[in-house]
Amino acid sequence: MSTSAKRVYGYLAEYESASALYKAAEKVRDAGFKKWDCYSPFPIHGLDNAMGMKRSILPYLVFCGGTLGLITGFTLAYTTQVVIYPTVVQAKPANIFTTAAFFPILFELTILLSGFTTLFGVLGLMGLPRLNHPLFASKQFKRVTDDAFFIAVEARDPNFNADATRELLEEAGGTNIELVEEED
Amino acid sequence: MANSATAGTDSNKPKIPVLEREQLILNNRSYNWITETICGIIEGRQPLIWWLLFIPSVIVAAIGVGGGLFYLVSTGVGVWGNSNNAMWGWPIVNFVFWIGIGHAGTLISAILFLTRQNWRTSINRAAEAMTIFAVCCAGIYPMFHVGRVWMVWFLAPIPNANAIWQNFKSPLLWDVFAVSTYFTISLIFWYMGMVPDLATIRDRCKPGLRKMLYGIFALGWRGGNRQWSHYEMMYLLLAALSTPLVLSVHSIVSFDFATSVVPGWHTTIFPPYFVAGAVFGGFAMVLTIMIPARFIYGLQDMITMKHIDNMAKIILLTGTIVGYAYIMELFVAFYSGSKYEGAAFWLRIAGPYDWAYFCMMFCNVVAPQIFWAKAMRENLWVVMGVCMLVNIGMWFERFVIIVTTLPRMWLPGDWKYYNPSAVDIMTYVGTVGMFLTLFLLFLRFLPCINIAEVKWTLKQSDPHFDDINDHPDDGTEKAEAYQQELHGGEAK
Repeated sequence: MSTSAKRVYGYLAEYESASALYKAAEKVRDAGFKKWDCYSPFPIHGLDNAMGMKRSILPYLVFCGGTLGLITGFTLAYTTQVVIYPTVVQAKPANIFTTAAFFPILFELTILLSGFTTLFGVLGLMGLPRLNHPLFASKQFKRVTDDAFFIAVEARDPNFNADATRELLEEAGGTNIELVEEED
Repeated sequence: MANSATAGTDSNKPKIPVLEREQLILNNRSYNWITETICGIIEGRQPLIWWLLFIPSVIVAAIGVGGGLFYLVSTGVGVWGNSNNAMWGWPIVNFVFWIGIGHAGTLISAILFLTRQNWRTSINRAAEAMTIFAVCCAGIYPMFHVGRVWMVWFLAPIPNANAIWQNFKSPLLWDVFAVSTYFTISLIFWYMGMVPDLATIRDRCKPGLRKMLYGIFALGWRGGNRQWSHYEMMYLLLAALSTPLVLSVHSIVSFDFATSVVPGWHTTIFPPYFVAGAVFGGFAMVLTIMIPARFIYGLQDMITMKHIDNMAKIILLTGTIVGYAYIMELFVAFYSGSKYEGAAFWLRIAGPYDWAYFCMMFCNVVAPQIFWAKAMRENLWVVMGVCMLVNIGMWFERFVIIVTTLPRMWLPGDWKYYNPSAVDIMTYVGTVGMFLTLFLLFLRFLPCINIAEVKWTLKQSDPHFDDINDHPDDGTEKAEAYQQELHGGEAK
């Protein structure tokens, strides 16, 4: 089934430490690349700035999710307790003033829906789950979850140039530079 | 570090003594060593002791939880020792006990994260796993306590043929929402925290079923900074959501008691008192399972004496808060002038359950005070002993709250001595077996220490690590930190 046609994914270069990766990232950023990423076994403090990335928009999504949870909680409790099935117990009224007794429910549902939004939001933003990725074809890339640091510059970046990009990665201290290909 | 910092500097300049930063991972371990050590637990054969613990745990869980609950469901909930006045006996004691255990996990993963306590990285994974398993054990009791377990879906607000809705003003329903939210969020937190580590295991596996399964659960993680950036934001948000959540859960559990009009329960101190007790009991359980695991798998360089020291101090602090709450309860019972409240507490201290009360007092308030002594915090036998006492004491706390109160309420004609039934005991011992079974399976199949976060705490993980070395003299004199002092400078 597999075709032999290959497409270039991009260059993968290894860096020896977190600080080498950080310094190289600043150089790649300054060269104007957009479609590239730094790979490391753990999050590196300050690398977002070194790569020229913006802050994650996840908190805004979670705020919306939390608000939705609050509204859901209120609607659920109010509709069932006041509108559909008023239960007059514990000397509490069955009208809008009952809301105080719903606070635990409102709180829990706010947290629950915020949590779900965080989970699905982060997966959406990270582009996960996915079963495969061109970089998994590289043998050395397996070490990224152990002790290796990489920069991968994608071929679809307009600034990408087979020789110049390789040179840039090398100048920034990269070793084991590899051209990663994916099946078309 | 102490030598290198002082060498080659201007000796005339006065030095400011600064406590050296604690090494969280000892012996200058490399990234690869951390990966090998933690993944080695999963990839290698389990030691004999694992099987010696696992097989009895499975048997106890099967007989206790499986057999006990089968008998209960096929006969009726009356096989538990509950009776008309003591509606809540052991089942609810055990429910509160297990829920409380869970709290330390969330505290370590969320509150210590928000307060930037980096030592949490070595223990948070196991503590979170403990939370999930403890909540699983806790969930069994209310589920079967409703009487007809096949009707348990009535707890959920789902439209039904009777057109009946739950009472949203009831703390029991608040509890349903709180505990189920707590379980869900803890599970998300635990799983998402594990994704990069599952990818580590995936990348080390030979192609095959194992690789496929770990690969699916690793979601295709690549460790790119464009992923890490969102990932870290997710972690922060989940920590920020879990912190008020964990405080709310045991507060709401305490509302089950505090909003009633039962003397001995109707007190405003219950929410903070329950939360402090939960953290106290939970930390004791973390130590109870982590100290043996640390020895069995040789994790001494990652779960260091400093970690144990910190946790012992938290036990001392929360134990003292709990002690304060016990005394304050007594004081308020006296000071309120309410004769019913006074009588309820008098029955606790000098009634038929006084043995339980003093057992609780000794285990929870007196025993942890030994941790004031540094030498005691460094002696693992003492730490283990105190933690076992705290586990017992926290169970007795819930026993005292429930069992000394309900069988002796307003009408002396109803009073009687509560005894658990054999099925009560079976179910409880069964949940202990179930908890151990789940935890041992966790050690066998999942990374028990957060690999990525532990690597992140190493010195060389700071991208400006090199720059610091360029300027060794910052005008300070380094005082030796705890580990270095403890190991006589060997730990460098």
